[in-house]
Amino acid sequence: MTYIVEGESGPWEVVIGLEVHAQITSNAKLFSGAATAFGAEPNAQVSFIDAGFPGMLPVINHECVAQAVRTGLGLNAKVNLWSRFDRKNYFYADLPQGYQISQYAHPIIGEGAIDIELADGSTKTIGITRLHLEQDAGKSQHDQHPTKSFIDLNRSGVALMEVVSEPDMRSPEEAGAYLTKLRQIMRYLGTCDGNMDEGSMRADVNVSVRKAGEGFRTRCEVKNVNSIRFVMQAVETEARRQVEVWESGGTVEQETRLFDTSRGITRSMRSKEDAHDYRYFPDPDLPPLVIDAAWVEGLKAALPELPDARRARYVRDYGITPYDAHVLTLERETAAYYETVAKGRDAKQAANWVMGDLFAAINRTKSSIAEPPVSAADLGALLDLMADGTLSGKLAKEVFEVMVETGRAPGAIVEERGLKQVTDTGAIEAVIDQVLAANADKVAEYRSGKDKLFGFFVGQTMKAMQGKGNPALVNDVLKQKLS
Amino acid sequence: MHPTDFTLAGALAALNEGAISAEELTRAHVAAVEALNPKLNAFITTTSEKALDAARASDARRKRGEAGPLEGIPLAIKDLFCTEGVRTTAGSKILGNFIPPYESTVTAQLKRDGAVFLGKANLDEFAMGSSNLTSAYGGVLNPWQRKDDPSARLVPGGSSGGSAAAVAARMALGATGTDTGGSIRQPAAFCGITGIKPTYGRCSRFGIVAFASSLDQAGPFARTVEDCAILLRSMAGHDPKDSTSANQPVPDFAAACGRSVKGMRIGVPREYRLDGMPAEIEKLWRQGLDWLRDAGAEIVDISLPHTKYALPTYYIVAPAEASSNLARYDGVRFGLRVAEKDSDLRDLYERTRAEGFGAEVRRRIMIGTYVLSAGYYDAYYLKAQKIRALIASDFDAAWAKVDAIVTPATPSAAFAEGENADDPVKMYLNDVFTVTANLAGLPGLALPTGLDHQGLPLGLQVIGRAFDEETVFAVGAALERAADFKAMPAMRAGA
Repeated sequence: MTYIVEGESGPWEVVIGLEVHAQITSNAKLFSGAATAFGAEPNAQVSFIDAGFPGMLPVINHECVAQAVRTGLGLNAKVNLWSRFDRKNYFYADLPQGYQISQYAHPIIGEGAIDIELADGSTKTIGITRLHLEQDAGKSQHDQHPTKSFIDLNRSGVALMEVVSEPDMRSPEEAGAYLTKLRQIMRYLGTCDGNMDEGSMRADVNVSVRKAGEGFRTRCEVKNVNSIRFVMQAVETEARRQVEVWESGGTVEQETRLFDTSRGITRSMRSKEDAHDYRYFPDPDLPPLVIDAAWVEGLKAALPELPDARRARYVRDYGITPYDAHVLTLERETAAYYETVAKGRDAKQAANWVMGDLFAAINRTKSSIAEPPVSAADLGALLDLMADGTLSGKLAKEVFEVMVETGRAPGAIVEERGLKQVTDTGAIEAVIDQVLAANADKVAEYRSGKDKLFGFFVGQTMKAMQGKGNPALVNDVLKQKLS
Repeated sequence: MHPTDFTLAGALAALNEGAISAEELTRAHVAAVEALNPKLNAFITTTSEKALDAARASDARRKRGEAGPLEGIPLAIKDLFCTEGVRTTAGSKILGNFIPPYESTVTAQLKRDGAVFLGKANLDEFAMGSSNLTSAYGGVLNPWQRKDDPSARLVPGGSSGGSAAAVAARMALGATGTDTGGSIRQPAAFCGITGIKPTYGRCSRFGIVAFASSLDQAGPFARTVEDCAILLRSMAGHDPKDSTSANQPVPDFAAACGRSVKGMRIGVPREYRLDGMPAEIEKLWRQGLDWLRDAGAEIVDISLPHTKYALPTYYIVAPAEASSNLARYDGVRFGLRVAEKDSDLRDLYERTRAEGFGAEVRRRIMIGTYVLSAGYYDAYYLKAQKIRALIASDFDAAWAKVDAIVTPATPSAAFAEGENADDPVKMYLNDVFTVTANLAGLPGLALPTGLDHQGLPLGLQVIGRAFDEETVFAVGAALERAADFKAMPAMRAGA
């Protein structure tokens, strides 16, 4: 399905490339030991290094390097054993050092590619140009005081990965699918939590339009878009704007634009003429980053299973449909939940329950797969009760609803509602005593050698217990009482 | 013997024998600082009370048998080293009110070893200068005087001018300095004392206000080669807080001072014979080589062909790094802030930096910004980096033939205030013999070996292989023994 912007002069194709800034999941910042947790009091997580104090020096956090390498491996990309940090120089109040340490000329990760899944069931390969490590800046707050700006340096120095794609996307859907896939891979790897509303992931969207068969026309960069939906909207609106510019005889100028989420339009932030001269040069405080091939191999060997592989395995081993496998592997937590439920059970039935009743319950209770209303172990236990015939499918649905409401285990609910076999020896003894008292003649016959009557006593007991007596226990107690 | 006349090694011996207490030793130096500093301006900040407290604590440690290798030794600390709770200005108005909440690694190690800090020594602003005249806290007077014109105000050299003057005038037994293009060796030569810039990476740069990160290196001043060796051992060592500090063992440098130079090959680079070099510098150099030959060394002519590009290369690389390193002085978080009531951010930057930085610092920031700019980067910065690599490979080739290189330390004796002021390039020529060691990251030691016709000290420089300070100390000590330099500055404690 080709995405086309219909102009007065005919159809236009859209060309999209994304630069995604992803916050690395790590306890400490890229070059200091300060903490990185979201939501701390302003300026509570700032070392003298992050605040750019005199004489302070950066020291690379090896875990952040490992996270970048893991991500590179997850993007099927080349890992550069030699990379280097450069300084990107500019003045701003939330940039304490007066420069950002980044990897401009020699990134740690080179070319790679990922496959994206589209709504029509097709897949498309999107090229990755590079991934590099860099520090985040602090945060300026201009809306806290009528005449003052406040600076929060908690983010200053936090490790980011900038993932640059090739201009391979041709529609808002593809841009959305690419971001979704990138986020999914990083979440699987545990290298970025992908929480876009906390700023853990944001995208710069490069958009241009062209007529079929043309080379690239001038692109504009829409900065700092912070949700997948907004990225798709930004592509759409920016492409339409550019078509209008070209068709009205104008020229699209290379510039940086902002996406106004409330009005759904992009507007100019700065033109090429106003672009900063960042005066990049190698950071003399940091020797080149040299990593060992064997270390990279070790990280590779320890990588978790990635979404594509997991999806294929579900289809192959569990016999579920590719669509179901896709849905169940979108989030690592969902996949883990599903596998717990499916283990040793009917995998298709497990898939139906997870995607049907569980997802519905999550939506209804506004919870999440990470904190589900019913645990995977409990859902598995429910399936077992169906498998051993304790519960019918209809009863199981009822029990499930009670589980969602009460958070209790299915066994307890079954027992409480009198749906479960009785295993209490005392209760069985009481019933058996009654049965034996009411059938004293048969007891005498049995004791005189009519062994076959044992089945009669079992039957009478079970009848009295409405079939819920545990057969083994009933047998044991009867044998004991009749001996 | 007056306590300020001790060598550092001699003072340690006297302290060990109980001939003097750390408090007495410090008191004598505090008195010297109080008497001389109003004239010399060698210190920006004096910390006499803290020093006496530290000396008493030192005496207590010694009594408990816990004396460190520098126990009770009073030192001057260049005001580029951050010292916890003590104002650190970098010689700049922009840090005039800056009291660091942390200690540099080098000064922390000196304290760990028992040293007593007398105060913060004057310097060229952000260590940019060769005269100490760019300090926002006034110039430092060289304690030496010209025979013919004792009233001429001679500069102590720079940028570590306060440190060198303090040690020469016997206000301190030793001092810390930093050397980016010659800032230890040139003032040591001008003040008739000894100073070493060790191998790049030998001392941690953590907590030292940065000038040019790839060139900056801390080192000691003292009045003998052995004293420098003792101080360097405490200052040096790997620091995980500085990614460029080297994970190398720290040898007993003082022991190396006793090594014979017999059989050593000493290189004499022909490119260091400058046109118009004063005859007395030429004579000093030849004399030094003769002494080493007499001591059994072999003198070898060598070539360091890219030497003539060293100065221009340095004056691209150092300002480039400085322009970026000094961006953090913006009036936002610490130090000087100059703003009007309605100043916006840009105005705050402009006012703060225009008022906070002196002319030389502003000049170098502009040069550095220019050479890194789009369209100029390849022609200047990148080319300079390539030449830097060639200069380093010149030395690599030389080490196949020689064990150390001996050159003059400076092209002249100390000049007077105003004599080089008309032309910054003329001032930059002071570094002509010293910048190469910074560009190549090599250790270089300067020591006094003679006097010029005005009775001012002149020094030689010994350059060694990376992390081979031991050979440098051995050669330096041999020159020191032969030169038997006994001259003393006119202005000094106990005089």
